[in-house]
Amino acid sequence: MSIILDHVNHIYEAGTAMEFAALKDINLVIPDGQFIGLIGHTGSGKSTLVQHLNGLLAPTSGNIYYNGADIHDSDYNKKELRSKVGLVFQYPEHQLFEIDVFSDVCFGPKNLGLDKKEVELRAYAALKQVGLEDEYFYQSPFDLSGGQKRRVAIAGVLAMQPEVLILDEPTAGLDPKGRDEILDQIANLRKETGMTVILVSHSMEDVAKYVDRIIVMNKGQVMLDNEPREVFRHYKELEEVGLAAPQVTYIMQELKRNGFPVDTDIITIEEAKKAILDALKI
Amino acid sequence: MLRDITLGQYYQTDSIIHRLDPRVKLVTTVCYIISLFVVDNIVGYLLAGLFLALVIKLSKVPVKFMVRGMKSILFLLLIALIFNLFLTPGEVVVSFWKLQITKEGIRQAVFMAVRLVFLLMGSSVMTLTTTPNQLTDGMEKLLGPLRALKVPVHEIAMMMSIALRFIPILLEETDKIMKAQMARGADFETGNLIKKAKSLVPLLVPLFISAFRRANDLAMAMESRCYRGGEHRTKMKPLIYKKRDGLAYGAVFCYLVLCVVCGKILW
Amino acid sequence: MAIVETKNLIFEYIRRDEEGNVEGITRAVDDVNLTINQGDFIAILGHNGSGKSTLAKHINAIHYPTEGTVWVDGKDTSEDANLWDIRQEAGMVFQNPDNQIIGQVVEEDVGFGPENLGIPTEEIWQRVEESLKAVGMYEFRKYSPNKLSGGQKQRVSIAGVIAMHPKCIVLDEPTAMLDPNGRKEVIRAVRALNDVEEITIILITHYMEEIIYANKVFVMDKGKIAMEGTPKEIFSQVDKLKSLRLDVPQVTLLAHELRKSGLSIPAGILTYKELVASLTAIRRRKGH
Repeated sequence: MSIILDHVNHIYEAGTAMEFAALKDINLVIPDGQFIGLIGHTGSGKSTLVQHLNGLLAPTSGNIYYNGADIHDSDYNKKELRSKVGLVFQYPEHQLFEIDVFSDVCFGPKNLGLDKKEVELRAYAALKQVGLEDEYFYQSPFDLSGGQKRRVAIAGVLAMQPEVLILDEPTAGLDPKGRDEILDQIANLRKETGMTVILVSHSMEDVAKYVDRIIVMNKGQVMLDNEPREVFRHYKELEEVGLAAPQVTYIMQELKRNGFPVDTDIITIEEAKKAILDALKI
Repeated sequence: MLRDITLGQYYQTDSIIHRLDPRVKLVTTVCYIISLFVVDNIVGYLLAGLFLALVIKLSKVPVKFMVRGMKSILFLLLIALIFNLFLTPGEVVVSFWKLQITKEGIRQAVFMAVRLVFLLMGSSVMTLTTTPNQLTDGMEKLLGPLRALKVPVHEIAMMMSIALRFIPILLEETDKIMKAQMARGADFETGNLIKKAKSLVPLLVPLFISAFRRANDLAMAMESRCYRGGEHRTKMKPLIYKKRDGLAYGAVFCYLVLCVVCGKILW
Repeated sequence: MAIVETKNLIFEYIRRDEEGNVEGITRAVDDVNLTINQGDFIAILGHNGSGKSTLAKHINAIHYPTEGTVWVDGKDTSEDANLWDIRQEAGMVFQNPDNQIIGQVVEEDVGFGPENLGIPTEEIWQRVEESLKAVGMYEFRKYSPNKLSGGQKQRVSIAGVIAMHPKCIVLDEPTAMLDPNGRKEVIRAVRALNDVEEITIILITHYMEEIIYANKVFVMDKGKIAMEGTPKEIFSQVDKLKSLRLDVPQVTLLAHELRKSGLSIPAGILTYKELVASLTAIRRRKGH
């Protein structure tokens, strides 16, 4: 049970003067239940990549397998795939359209052809999962605050009960508190359901403390793919492509250079605090 | 992908035609279209063809770009040909079954086809050598006198130019919303007409909301940059007639006179 | 000399239901008094809904005070006669890069403001050239805005404001929709304008890294000014910032935590170099 990408290439406008290779020979295995951070700056191909995972874009060459089946086989059910691999786009609140919050969340499961009762049960559960209070359920989605709208939009995808949840820049445009709330909610959700989560972001700091694997994309290729602390070890290379490791990494590297006996693989403030206090005790 | 649609079909190069004032090109195009309806004999069409060939040559736009534009009217052209060919009464040349082709029919059909082709080529020379922006500017200036009749010429031109700027952005947005709804299981392709129309709601509602939000933002941005309509406004790129524009007008005038003369003498 | 001054500024939105009946009144800005001097680099912080954008829109006379007064360069913004002078003197850059570019070509967009001011054609060209050079976008002058990155678009918008020769620029979350590279580009351009051209900058943001360069910071909450001071003074109050839905850079947070554990680190550390220097000093004192 997994997603496998085998030599996936994607070229926009192939054969014209505008030809642009967005993905170059991507090979990835995404096993069940992993929490992945997909990092890269604008134009690195990360958004193109995630749109391949639910079949919205087809590779120019190469294959994508979901649970062992090639998703571009002619008899493969794409609609079912999209319910299994849920994709939440950037600024998802821009896709809200129904007269009230609850009907909007029903849109996804309704498209799956489920009966009314099941649709409503799922919508209710999804809204609870994103932590929206009951009082908002029958309000127009356009009257909610930015953070609430985003939760509703995420619930709209969760209501299809996907096995894999992909979120493209879920924190864009939110303030720091709103950002932490959404990320904490996603982390909780994953703990409860055990689903695979792929978090697309351009901020290492945001994802560092949540994920167990980081994939760094650059110019359409996978540049690094490892545990967070292993990835941050390459902070110099990350800088060269316009990304940065969390500030803590820089502090620890700088301390080490100044003769502190500290471990440089640290990613959270708590770990750093402990390490520094230990180093000063000696 | 919707994102790379370019509007109009401007062909970027540097030629005397490109450098002409857009007003000259607009006026010339109108005159040329009129001339095509004035002339009605072989000499006249030869003259029109010659004029067109000369302008295309001067514009440095490869002929294949003109021909590409022809494809879209091929069907129309065929219909016009067939109707004229079979339905014009006169001296019968060939007849089979219930249809007959007349001498006048052939003449009409050929002239009609040539007229259509010239008309399209003539106007595409204009769009290929003038940016949409220049066209709006030219139209604003040419229609300026209508302001006396309370026609909001400046506002119309500003609206056209803003529309041109936002169409690619809205196309991209459409693409994005469509994909987002497809990720929620929406189906825009299958089903009958009513089902298809219904399936557009999740696309159109967000799109309209977005368009209004953008319009609101843009209005605020324009006001904060002191926009207050066309009055007191100067132009960064004002339209000023140069010597070549005068010459071009002269040439067009000569051409028109010749067309009228051909029509009178040889008819 | 004060370029912007507000006195007991209050702004209220009236909320209406579908029939147009008044449902309630929201006070977005509540009794704000501030003075901003010519040449300052000011940052206004606050979470979404704290009233910071509403406050900013008063400086450009997009909003008028419900009560109280706003002066820009000594002119009262609520007087109609001052409207266009104020909008010329206090330029505004907005959040969404796509929704504020009017021209179809970069240079035409930058020329839009001067055109509206009735500047003679030749001078417009000079101003466009200077402004695009000031933000490092001159080589893109013939581009369509649609071909630019978010950071580049924002720099074009900034150039469009500079071309109107303002005394002050208000930037309303100019980096909120950009990636880290774009954010850096924009902040660099803004700092250069403040340093070189001595234009007063009022930067509204919720990214803490961006306020390090400001010489004064205002933190807003519920329409009021909740904190006021230099970046160092603001950053030294980590707990208060957190209660206002804001966060602090990891270095500042780590320094704060270490201080709480008894290390003698100064408050309000802003860069990791400062932190490392002070930790090294402590270590040396301990005899290593």
